[in-house]
Amino acid sequence: MTGLATGSDNDTSGAVVSTSNWRLVYRKLKKNKTALFGGYLILLLIVVAIVGPYLTVHDPVRVDLGNRLQSPSAEFWLGTDHNGRDVFTRLIHGMQITLFVGFASVLVGALVGVPLGIVSGYYGGAIDSVIMRIIDVLLAFPGILLAIALVSVLGGGIGNVIIAVAVFAIPTFARVVRGSTLTVKKLEYIDAVRALGATDLRIIVKHVLPNILSPIIVQATLRIAIAILVASTLSFLGLGAQPPSPEWGRMLSDGRNYMFDYPHVALFPGLAIAIAVLAFNLFGDGLRDALDPKTKK
Amino acid sequence: MFKFIVRRFLQTIPVVIGVTLLVFSLMHFIPGDPAQIMAGETAPPEQVERMRERLGLNDPVYVQYGRYVTNLLQGDMGQSIRSSRNVLDEIRPRFWITVKLALYSTILSVFIGLIAGVFSAVRRYGLADTTIMIIALFGLSMPNFWLGLMLIQFFSIELSLLPPSGWGTWQQTILPVITLGTAGAAIIARVTRASMLEVINQDYVRTARAKGLSERVVIYKHALKNAMIPVITVVGLELGVLLSGTVLTETVFSINGMGRLVIHAISSRDFPVVQGVVLIFALMFVLVNFLVDVSYRYFNKRVDYN
Amino acid sequence: MEQPKPFLEIRNLTTVFDTDAGQVKAVNDLSLVVPEGKALGVVGESGSGKSVMSMSILRLVREPGRIAAGEILMGGEDILKLSEKALRRIRGNRISMIFQEPMTSLNPVFTVGEQIAEAYQVHQGMRKSKALERSVDMLRQVGIPSPEKRARQYPFELSGGMRQRVMIAMALACNPSLLIADEPTTALDVTIQAQILDLIKSLQTELNMSVIMITHNLGVVAETCDYVAVMYCGKVVEYADVETLFREPKHPYTLGLFNSLPRHDEDRDELIAIQGAVPNPTNLPTGCTFAPRCPDARPLCEQEAPALLDQDDNTQVRCWKFTEKWQETVENT
Repeated sequence: MTGLATGSDNDTSGAVVSTSNWRLVYRKLKKNKTALFGGYLILLLIVVAIVGPYLTVHDPVRVDLGNRLQSPSAEFWLGTDHNGRDVFTRLIHGMQITLFVGFASVLVGALVGVPLGIVSGYYGGAIDSVIMRIIDVLLAFPGILLAIALVSVLGGGIGNVIIAVAVFAIPTFARVVRGSTLTVKKLEYIDAVRALGATDLRIIVKHVLPNILSPIIVQATLRIAIAILVASTLSFLGLGAQPPSPEWGRMLSDGRNYMFDYPHVALFPGLAIAIAVLAFNLFGDGLRDALDPKTKK
Repeated sequence: MFKFIVRRFLQTIPVVIGVTLLVFSLMHFIPGDPAQIMAGETAPPEQVERMRERLGLNDPVYVQYGRYVTNLLQGDMGQSIRSSRNVLDEIRPRFWITVKLALYSTILSVFIGLIAGVFSAVRRYGLADTTIMIIALFGLSMPNFWLGLMLIQFFSIELSLLPPSGWGTWQQTILPVITLGTAGAAIIARVTRASMLEVINQDYVRTARAKGLSERVVIYKHALKNAMIPVITVVGLELGVLLSGTVLTETVFSINGMGRLVIHAISSRDFPVVQGVVLIFALMFVLVNFLVDVSYRYFNKRVDYN
Repeated sequence: MEQPKPFLEIRNLTTVFDTDAGQVKAVNDLSLVVPEGKALGVVGESGSGKSVMSMSILRLVREPGRIAAGEILMGGEDILKLSEKALRRIRGNRISMIFQEPMTSLNPVFTVGEQIAEAYQVHQGMRKSKALERSVDMLRQVGIPSPEKRARQYPFELSGGMRQRVMIAMALACNPSLLIADEPTTALDVTIQAQILDLIKSLQTELNMSVIMITHNLGVVAETCDYVAVMYCGKVVEYADVETLFREPKHPYTLGLFNSLPRHDEDRDELIAIQGAVPNPTNLPTGCTFAPRCPDARPLCEQEAPALLDQDDNTQVRCWKFTEKWQETVENT
């Protein structure tokens, strides 16, 4: 971690933690058992998403009507769906989609939102006003409505879901980053660096960005949880992943008509979504507490 | 206070303009030819041309937007492509259903969230606190459509206690409101707990105890009223989340509100209806935010000086 | 010095804080008599435990602190053994308290009138309208101009001095027998400090209350108190009437406090601070806790802790210098 922040011996305040404190953060995180649990759960999910598909014995998409709607058994651990596909196998294959959509949409959202926030906070004035008014407009669309509206015009499919969820994440990133940038900008050493003749771009990349990393990371972790929820919601509404995709929300909406007699087709995909979201929420909560200067000892 | 209300109201005007601009341009984000898509993929060229004419897509964009806003100001949101009815007439009978669903769910989540949050804060780090916080975290991690399906499975199918769908009777209200209110309750419980923990250590709480007030009065009068101030903001945000959450809840419980309307409209490519509903939702949320800010100002008297 | 008639007697009080670094005995086996109808000053540096001691009387010690042992007797009753309900009948009624920070000690979301009225409502069962009328009277009594208007205002609309007057009005609403004032003027401007002290002093004589004045300032004691207890490391090290203590301070720590006072009658350029610092509370010295900083310390002081012993002039001192053992050590060296 050293070398990331050239001015790391400064005294930072507010929601900002300098990079030299990462070891302290790690120590505090280690003490927080629920956060640690969330972190391990995320690692497990990633490992399963990567190697899991190679280990499953059933085919996630091939229809096998002879085995349709089997209850959980030794062969079909979580039963089969209305097309006779093994629910467990589909969940394992769906993990990749879920994590990919979660990470990708938050990454895209951050790539747009973070620069907007930095520019807004660093330069202030008219450009700040313009950016913040645009953000206000985006935030005027409550909850998942913006994502629904975008997918409705763009059409379904994973790529469009990622775009919609990313746009949905932009305002949050922009606001958080703008706030942190304003805090960092007030630090004396930023003035000192400017007095030495550093360009704005250099100050932003070398001095502002490293100092606002921690709120960005916390926000990103919590946003992944939301992104997974929103993506599965869109798929559930039929606006996201299309059949025969083993996307979890899609599995739920496909299984919906059969769940009254075969609850397992709806129970397990929902549980899978809840666990994945929970993992990121736990870890994000713990990170926020660990990075919060107020709880520093 | 009056000056603040006026100033805050004026601030909503650019947002409302931005919202109409974005909703208007939704149609233009459609990849390909919107007229072709709305007329149907197999529609003959004359029909597509008629659709284009009807949607006014032949005019320059700024003329289209001007017309859109002028019509809006006269209460005209265009015509549904499927039913040929006025969009506002499509929305009107469904509007109050959605508003009631969101409102009841908000009341439920504020009620449960406050009680659970205060209870947790008073017993911090105890078993009850830990349990409540784990439930809360699970509550906000769970997809609410799944919760709805599970509630139907249990209360309607297994126990035959409550109807699985529809809207109107009080029995039909219970499951949708629980479904929609759970995540909000979880978030409000977390915020309330954090806020209470901060307030409980304040000097004025000690003063209240030193005065000889009972623990109940100290917590529910002196501490809670202060702890409510940040909670108000969260309730406002949650109301927005709940508004959009009606889309899911109405779909799961087959309730004929605006949320279900918009999903039907999307699947039948009826974009004027989609635009209308999205606009109504956004305007409602702008209004809610305005009211929240005003009440925040009212409750937090210190704002004037800080 | 005549023996004061006790209103409140603290016996062997120990209040501890369980911290990650170990247990801190903020108040350590402390015994103290609060005389009836008189003002007792409790003096010490920050960290001496004087504030925690005062909080312990009304059982207001916050977590992670707790009262581990002792008795606090008032009229034959032990406050520490009372039920919550019985304790509430004493708080704000027979014993009241005002705090160091008037800025944060009033609830920001209620008017000051409402906050004073609460005392009447809870202890005298008054209706709110009547209680509000009484609170206006009380505000007038503590010298707040246009009390009718002030009663309807919120704390943020009042200055620090005004807020402390409101705190005093609230504390005195139910005519308490004992007022505990925990550094009531520390947070205020110098000119306001004198006004508030005068107010407390005049109300004390007028209402014939007992007062415990917690302070780090000997000047405050001289102005307002009849008796003084000097605290160090959770214990009383000297107890005397004000006149005797100012004429003839005995404990080296008390002497140190006097020497660190700026004085006008002497032409001296620098303040003589007590050397060293308060010892680490999780690891107190075995002998006298002041020994490491004491100019007169001898090996005996580091080996064995002295007791608080009566002196001929009715004062009490916790120091080996005033015992026969001290003479023996002199002869031995």
